[in-house]
Amino acid sequence: MRSFMDRCCSRCTHSPQTPCKDYVLCRRDGPFCHDDPECRRLRQKWLNSHFPPVGSNRRRLLVCGGLTCGAAGSFSLPEIFQEAIKKAGLEEQVTVTLVGCLGLCEEGPLALVMPEGILYCRLKPEDVPAVVEEHLKGGKPVERLLFRDEAGKVYPLLSEIPFYRKQQRVVLERCGYINPEDIAEYIAAGGYRALTSVLFSLSPEEVIEEIKKSGLRGRGGAGFPTGKKWEAARRVPSSKRYVICNADEGDPGAFMDRALLEGDPHAVIEGMIICGYAIGSDEGYVYVRAEYPLAVKRLRIAIEQAYAAGLLGENILGSGFTFHLHINEGAGAFVCGESTALMASIEGNRGIPRIKVPRSTEKGLFGKPTVLNNVETFANVPLIILRGSQWFANIGTKGSKGTKIFALSGKVKHTGLVEVPMGTTLKELIFDIGGGIKGGKRFKALQIGGPSGGCIPEDMLDLPIDYESLTGAGAMMGSGSVVVMDEDNCMVNTARFFLSFTERESCGKCTPCREGTKQMLNILERITRGEGSPSDLSLLEFLGQVVKATSFCGLGTSAPNPVLTTLRFFRSEYLQHVMEKRCAAGECVALRRFVILVDKCIGCGACAYVCPVKAIKGEKKKPHHIDEKVCVKCGRCFEICRFQAVKRL
Amino acid sequence: MGEAILEEVVRSYRGRPEKLIAALLALQRHYGYLPEPALRTLAQELGVPLSKVYGVATFYAQFRLKPRGRHTVCVCLGTACHVRGSEQIFHALKRELGVEPGDTTADGRFTLEVVSCVGACSMAPVVVVDEETHGRLDPEKALALLKKY
Ligand SMILES: Cc1cc2nc3c(=O)[nH]c(=O)nc-3n(C[C@H](O)[C@H](O)[C@H](O)COP(=O)(O)O)c2cc1C
Ligand code: SF4
Ligand code: SF4
Ligand code: FES
Ligand code: FES
Repeated sequence: MRSFMDRCCSRCTHSPQTPCKDYVLCRRDGPFCHDDPECRRLRQKWLNSHFPPVGSNRRRLLVCGGLTCGAAGSFSLPEIFQEAIKKAGLEEQVTVTLVGCLGLCEEGPLALVMPEGILYCRLKPEDVPAVVEEHLKGGKPVERLLFRDEAGKVYPLLSEIPFYRKQQRVVLERCGYINPEDIAEYIAAGGYRALTSVLFSLSPEEVIEEIKKSGLRGRGGAGFPTGKKWEAARRVPSSKRYVICNADEGDPGAFMDRALLEGDPHAVIEGMIICGYAIGSDEGYVYVRAEYPLAVKRLRIAIEQAYAAGLLGENILGSGFTFHLHINEGAGAFVCGESTALMASIEGNRGIPRIKVPRSTEKGLFGKPTVLNNVETFANVPLIILRGSQWFANIGTKGSKGTKIFALSGKVKHTGLVEVPMGTTLKELIFDIGGGIKGGKRFKALQIGGPSGGCIPEDMLDLPIDYESLTGAGAMMGSGSVVVMDEDNCMVNTARFFLSFTERESCGKCTPCREGTKQMLNILERITRGEGSPSDLSLLEFLGQVVKATSFCGLGTSAPNPVLTTLRFFRSEYLQHVMEKRCAAGECVALRRFVILVDKCIGCGACAYVCPVKAIKGEKKKPHHIDEKVCVKCGRCFEICRFQAVKRL
Repeated sequence: MGEAILEEVVRSYRGRPEKLIAALLALQRHYGYLPEPALRTLAQELGVPLSKVYGVATFYAQFRLKPRGRHTVCVCLGTACHVRGSEQIFHALKRELGVEPGDTTADGRFTLEVVSCVGACSMAPVVVVDEETHGRLDPEKALALLKKY
């Protein structure tokens, strides 16, 4: 059966071999080359088949196929829905689509009914008949499956859920609303129009000017102005230039780039082609981390479909511009997110950074001028072209324009994918959008920027999200991971955790990073074991400054940040560890003990059941006790006891 | 069968040293690890010294030089999983399987591994068994998971 991407009749001639410049616009508003009401009607019908207009009797059921919902069981839902819809005789009225991450991952598996915008949470296969019969057929949403806040208030509409209300989803606009494995959906939603207008109405210099005027800065961490980078690469005389998309996303706690690649891969591809045109490059690479097989799969499909439609390859849309795109899978090394290490890795070498003179924009991949940008940076590009640099520059703050996507995780109620305008405060992010702390616990810190970033305490939550404010606080925008910690998380142990990560991931090229992180880790381990002394704190600070000042690449120069920020904002916790040999949060294993309170224990045996080393003995219904010689201090008994009979000392 | 994949990899990347990592990934996907004889052939055909092949194979966390068990149990120790207690899960699995990360149980059933984030942070703590991601775990749920494989 013919559909959206096909020709309306034999008069349409577009193919990669015989390209037509109107191809993209024609799908939505065509045909342009001839005037035939029948063809026009066909085009309209095909467009509507993807996005039924409001008021029509047709609906779309979008099942979230993001990694998190998928792992929670969503991948099997479309088939089950289809089956039930067929049985209910609604095939003509409802189409089921597997989409990318809808954002509120915490409540997954999610499904969204469009055009009404009604969101279902925690869907199970056995809920499908109810949704089909009561809602899709009967017109009445199934209340028990709707989003419900802690007070029990029900929110049927996605747009009214507090998690979404304060967001401004522009880069994520299509993510969750289109089938990422079908280029037709991207084009039907307005995709590749920016590329068309670039190829046929803007010079490369004008494209660069537009990006410069928008104020777009790199979303991969450092915030370098994107337009300036492109201009630098274009200026270097060369017959060959490269475009690279950094999809290494090595920060543990980050999943924005994964979600974009899984949910809207063509936006990234389109941004890369536009960059290629602007800097005069005919070849690009997407460097994706190996831990993201689903993202690689969706990207591969997207690239194939873009080639088949003539949007990648030779003579794109007949413009004379050629661009080829490859996927390069990483192999698991955090340092490969660093630009020069990443290029070394594409060249088949160990990912070791090189000195940045000359810059990559002069001598990058295979010695050629190269522009390397982050996934989200590229995804912003088509938007800026379509809506204008002025529109973009109106969002955000003076120095940081546009929006930023964050991956919210940790002890916050609503974990998931969030997009907010720059300048939003951290408090809004954590409390208004994230819903605050889980389980009535107290907020302690948020970690932003991953291993290169820092921990920010409660009294600094009014900080606006922009590059300079965060750097000023000793943290970093980073790529967008935000991990929330509560009173049960120990900040010394958190610092130890990050140092053990950077120490492991240090490539070993330079001494300050290789040895410095190791020494810092030794000290932190000593402190968490209760063997630290007060002088260790100043030693840590000193070492941290040295490693920061003298390391070769960004991994080393930022590795001390988690330690230095915790020392600055949570010094009392360090002091408690070294002076009193106590960890109030109870996370440092060596510093804790567990005992069972005889007067509270009812002898239910729950603790003995979960104890991994059988350290708990006792008769049923009689007080139990812990053999401290056997106990490995895992704390499971403490967590499991419903009678507060296990005490942590 | 094993030889066929080697031939195919060699055919597509012969004389292209920059394809070393892609070639290693392809071999590992097939064998589950990187057998030494295959590495020797690869070095020759791609035109890179064996020492460099070894250097690359040991630099990247994804590559294994030892055969793996029938199932790979991979515990996420990334930040989001860490703050939600992944270390306890790791210790529980380590104790149960009796092996260190990277090693395989004596019966060849499980290989224990660790990873820093698989991007499923919203459902932390996470364990990936083979290709399947399991979230919102605690030590008991993680141990129960093993029974399914
Ligand atoms: C150790 C280290 C790891 C990095 N990891 C990433 C990463 O995973 N993703 C990313 O986009 N940038 C990462 N960066 C930043 C890149 O080096 C580079 O600045 C960025 O990709 C440039 O793109 P942008 O200007 O669009 O942000 C990392 C930097 C360092 C020093
Ligand atoms: S700072 Fe660390 S990662 Fe960077 S070059 Fe030095 S040793 Fe390697
Ligand atoms: S802390 Fe862990 S090992 Fe010790 S008694 Fe409790 S459950 Fe058993
Ligand atoms: S994966 Fe479904 S909402 Fe994020
Ligand atoms: S930290 Fe474990 S999945 Fe991201």
